[in-house]
Amino acid sequence: MQGFGVAILTQVIWAQLLLLGWARASELTFELPDNAKQCFYEDIIVGTKCTLEFQVVTGGHYDVDCRLDDPDGNVLYKEMKKQYDSFTFTASKNGSYKFCFSNEFSTFTHKTVYFDFQVGEDPPLFPNENRVSALTQMESACVSIHEALKSVIDYQTRFRLREAQGRSRAEDLNTRVAFWSIGEAIILLVVSIGQVVLLRSFFSDKKTTTTRVGS
Amino acid sequence: MAYYICNLKIHPRFLLLTFPLLTVMCSLCSALYFHIGETEKKCFIEEIPDETMVIGNYRTQLYDKQREEYLPATPGLGMFVEVKDPDDKVILSRQYGSEGRFTFTSHTPGEHQICLHSNSSKFALFAGGMLRVHLDIQVGEHATDYAEIAAKDKLTELQLRVRQLIEQVEQIQKEQNYQRYREERFRQTSESTNQRVLWWSIIQTLILVAIGFWQMRHLKSFFEAKKLV
Repeated sequence: MQGFGVAILTQVIWAQLLLLGWARASELTFELPDNAKQCFYEDIIVGTKCTLEFQVVTGGHYDVDCRLDDPDGNVLYKEMKKQYDSFTFTASKNGSYKFCFSNEFSTFTHKTVYFDFQVGEDPPLFPNENRVSALTQMESACVSIHEALKSVIDYQTRFRLREAQGRSRAEDLNTRVAFWSIGEAIILLVVSIGQVVLLRSFFSDKKTTTTRVGS
Repeated sequence: MAYYICNLKIHPRFLLLTFPLLTVMCSLCSALYFHIGETEKKCFIEEIPDETMVIGNYRTQLYDKQREEYLPATPGLGMFVEVKDPDDKVILSRQYGSEGRFTFTSHTPGEHQICLHSNSSKFALFAGGMLRVHLDIQVGEHATDYAEIAAKDKLTELQLRVRQLIEQVEQIQKEQNYQRYREERFRQTSESTNQRVLWWSIIQTLILVAIGFWQMRHLKSFFEAKKLV
């Protein structure tokens, strides 16, 4: 009897393992230097629905190349110079999926890229939630509020990224205006003084030649 | 409250204790991974509001050329983790083993930078190969361990769900507050640009006019001196 209980418990633990194994969401923001390529890998089980979403936050024309390969090297998604995109797919094979971001077309701009790779559904709050009983009305209300709040947080993140993009452009503009105005003031002064000096030098040379000819 | 499986009373504490253990173990079983060179430093940016907890788990594997596969964690291979706050002040700088977990709480809102680089003591370990790093960074509400809270405060399922909703709403609130602070900075930058453009155009006009006068006056006096005028 004790052994049977332990066997059941072991099965429950393995079920937990399986549930945890294929429900993941990784979101990272990293800097991609110019002429660089950064690849990430994820081991996915067949039949899992996955979503890859990326957005370029700062840098240049705010675009990046993205490519998603399955374990056999077939290209599932390939886009060049994209600012923002979202791609959903269902894993058809077991194995390690690879997605790469490339900034190789850019010569001197660093890019900051944000991506969110969602694998499978979110893990349930309790390990044996779906097995014990159906949810009460209160609990299902809580679940729907939770889902709605999750989408609010998602929208907030996207908004934050757009705002960061706008803000970095504004700060860039600010420094450019400062440098350009100082630079142009200096150029103005240099050119105007140079003109006067040059003009003076023309007349000085003529005067010496005329006096020599005279005498 | 206890669960009954096949007339056997199983204490929920056992399940709830294994759950966090498995969460920690399995959060790295199929986490996202990438390759890093020996002297390479990989940095990740997290833009977070203040008083937000961030938990990072990582696990390393080394490529074995003989077996042509990635071996699990080698002892003696450490990773150096450095976390900088938005003012470029280092808030966490520690060396961990080949497998580790780092936690920090932000005190200022903004862009925090999490940098990892390997601190291999024996250079022969790498031998020109790459190190595979499994990384998982959880921010704010995702970082809380609900099973642990349920066990500690002895909450029912409904209470735990409501607790989760409270945490989510708090995170949304913090983010909205941070959004207000960011918008203020954006507005200040735009207004400063506006002021600068206004002042510069006025000053440029003044400089042009002044230079024009000076040039004419200087050349006039020069030609008068040369008896050409």
